[in-house]
Amino acid sequence: MKQAIEKKLHLNAKLTLDVLTAFVREEVTKAGFSRIVMGLSGGIDSALVAYLAVHALGQENVQVVMMPYKTSSANSLKDAEEVCTDLNLKPLVVPISAPVDAFFQNMDSIFGEPASNLRRGNRMARERMCTLFDISAIQNALVLGTSNKTELLLGYGTQFGDLASAINPIGDLYKIQVRQLSKAIGVPNSILEKAPSADLWENQTDEQELGFDYDTADEILYQLVDARINPDELATFGYDSKLLGLIVRRMRLNQYKRKPPVIAKISSRTVGIDFRYLRDWGN
Amino acid sequence: MTDRVTVALGQLRPRLGDVSANLEQHLAWIEQAKTNHAALIVFPELGLTGYQVQDLTLDVARTTKHPDIQRLVAASQDIDVVFSFVEESEQHLFYITAIYARRGQIAAKHRKVYLPTYGMFDEGRYFACGEEFRTVPTDFGRSGLMICEDAWHVSSPYLLALGGADLICVPASGPARSVAEQDRFGSHVFWRDLLQVYARLFGTYFIFVNRTGFEDGVNFFGGSGVISPEGEWLVEAPELTETLCYAELDLSVIRRARYITPILRDEKKHLVLRELERLLEHRERRDAE
Repeated sequence: MKQAIEKKLHLNAKLTLDVLTAFVREEVTKAGFSRIVMGLSGGIDSALVAYLAVHALGQENVQVVMMPYKTSSANSLKDAEEVCTDLNLKPLVVPISAPVDAFFQNMDSIFGEPASNLRRGNRMARERMCTLFDISAIQNALVLGTSNKTELLLGYGTQFGDLASAINPIGDLYKIQVRQLSKAIGVPNSILEKAPSADLWENQTDEQELGFDYDTADEILYQLVDARINPDELATFGYDSKLLGLIVRRMRLNQYKRKPPVIAKISSRTVGIDFRYLRDWGN
Repeated sequence: MTDRVTVALGQLRPRLGDVSANLEQHLAWIEQAKTNHAALIVFPELGLTGYQVQDLTLDVARTTKHPDIQRLVAASQDIDVVFSFVEESEQHLFYITAIYARRGQIAAKHRKVYLPTYGMFDEGRYFACGEEFRTVPTDFGRSGLMICEDAWHVSSPYLLALGGADLICVPASGPARSVAEQDRFGSHVFWRDLLQVYARLFGTYFIFVNRTGFEDGVNFFGGSGVISPEGEWLVEAPELTETLCYAELDLSVIRRARYITPILRDEKKHLVLRELERLLEHRERRDAE
C-alpha cells in the first residue's frame, strides 16, 4: 500500500474504539435490548466485534455462536475458542451440516444436479443467519453484524446471510483498519496473522477468490469512495486498468446488497422513498 | 452589570422525536444550573427534538406560543436560558430556531440562516432559513445567537460582532466525522480552530454547546466549551459523554482584549458594503450573460 494512503487510513485507535463501544452500548440499549448475539468464525472481523461487544456490554451480555460446517477448518474453531477464553465467554456451538445437507439433498434431487460451491456457501451463510436470529428470539439479544467496509463496498458477502444484522459496528472500517484495531484491542496473534477466509469450502481464501489482495482493494477503494477520485483519474496513477475495472464493477453491481428491496411507488407516500424516519425514531 | 458570570453548558443527548422527555431533561438541568448559581444555561441545537427529525418535523414542530415552549421560557425567571427546537411559524414554515429566554420572556429568537444540504446533511429539504443576525442586551453584555452551520459562514460572527455581541452562543448538533491519527475527530478539530480564531478576531466570548449520542450510527461529538476573547478554552466538556458543565466568564477580559487587538474598531463597514454591492451587481451581470 502507498505510504501516503496508509497514513490516511491509520486511525487513532483509542478514539475509534471509544466511539465503537459507545455505539454498541447506545444502539443496543436504545433498541430496548441489553444483550447481543453474534457469530464467531475464528476470523478477524468477528473477533474484533466480540471484543467491542464485551467492552460495551460486559461479557455476561455477549452470546457468541460458533456454527461450523463439516468442512470448516479446525483451526477456525480453535481460534474462535481462543477469543472465548481470552474474553471469558461461554460460546454456543451449533453445527450447521445437518440442515445444510438436508437442504441440498432436496434441491439437488429436484434440479438433478449438484449445487455449486457458491450456492452451497450462500446457503451456509444464510443458515448461520437463521441460527443467530433464532437465538436472538430465545435470548432476547440483538444480532451484531461483522461485515467490514471493504466487504460491503465489494459486495463480498451473502445477501440475507452474513450481511444481515441489526447493527454493525465495523461497517465503516476498511480491512486494514480492522487489522489495526484488532491488534490494539488484543485479538490473539493467530487470528491477526492468518489469511482471511470465508471458510465456505476447503482451503478457500478471500484474496484468492476475489483475485486481488485486501491491501490493494483498500488502497483503491479509499481513493474511489472517500477521496472521490474517479476511475479514469485513478488509472493515470498507474493502477492496472483491469483490476480497477473489476473493483469498480463489483462495487456497482453489488449496490443491491447494500439496500433494502426496491418498492414500486403507487401512493403519495411510499416506504423507502418518501416515508422518511430514522430507525432510532423515538429513541 | 457584573464582571463575573457563571454559565452552564447543557451537553445533552436528546431522544429523537420525544419532545416531552427532552423538555423534562431541559427543565431538570435548568434547576441544577440554578442551584450552582449559573446566570445562563445553553442547550444544543434541536435539543428538544433530536437532530435528524426528517418526517417527524410535522409532529415535533412547536409555535413559540405552544405550552412546551412557554414552560421553558417561564423557567428563565432566575436564569437566562438558550434552547433550540423546530419552530413552526404562523404561515406553517418550519425553522431550526434557538430562543434566548430571560426573566420569563423571549428576549431574542434566532432562526438558523445556513441550512447544510450536502453530504450527510439534508436540512434544506425540511426547513426554511432565517434572515437575520441580531444581538440582545442581557445582564452581562450583549448576546448573539448562531446555530451550528451558521458558524461555518464567516458572515455570521462578523455581523453579530458588529452588532455589539460580547458573548455569542452556538448551540450545535455537530457530527463526529473523519477519525484519523489525531486524538480528536476531524470535525471537532475544525470547530475548535474556527471558534478560537473568531473569539480572538472579534474579542468575544463563544459558548459552544454540542450534543452527544448517536442517531442511526451518526455520532455527535459533544466537546462543548467556552472560549475567551483571548482565544483560551475556559472549559471543555468531554467527547461522547452527556454532561452538564460550568465555566466562569470574566467580562473585563473583553475590554482588555479589544484594546490590545482593536480589530472591530478598525473594521471598514462602508467599504464592505460597497464591495458587496459591487460583487452582487457583477454577479448579476455575469449570471445574465
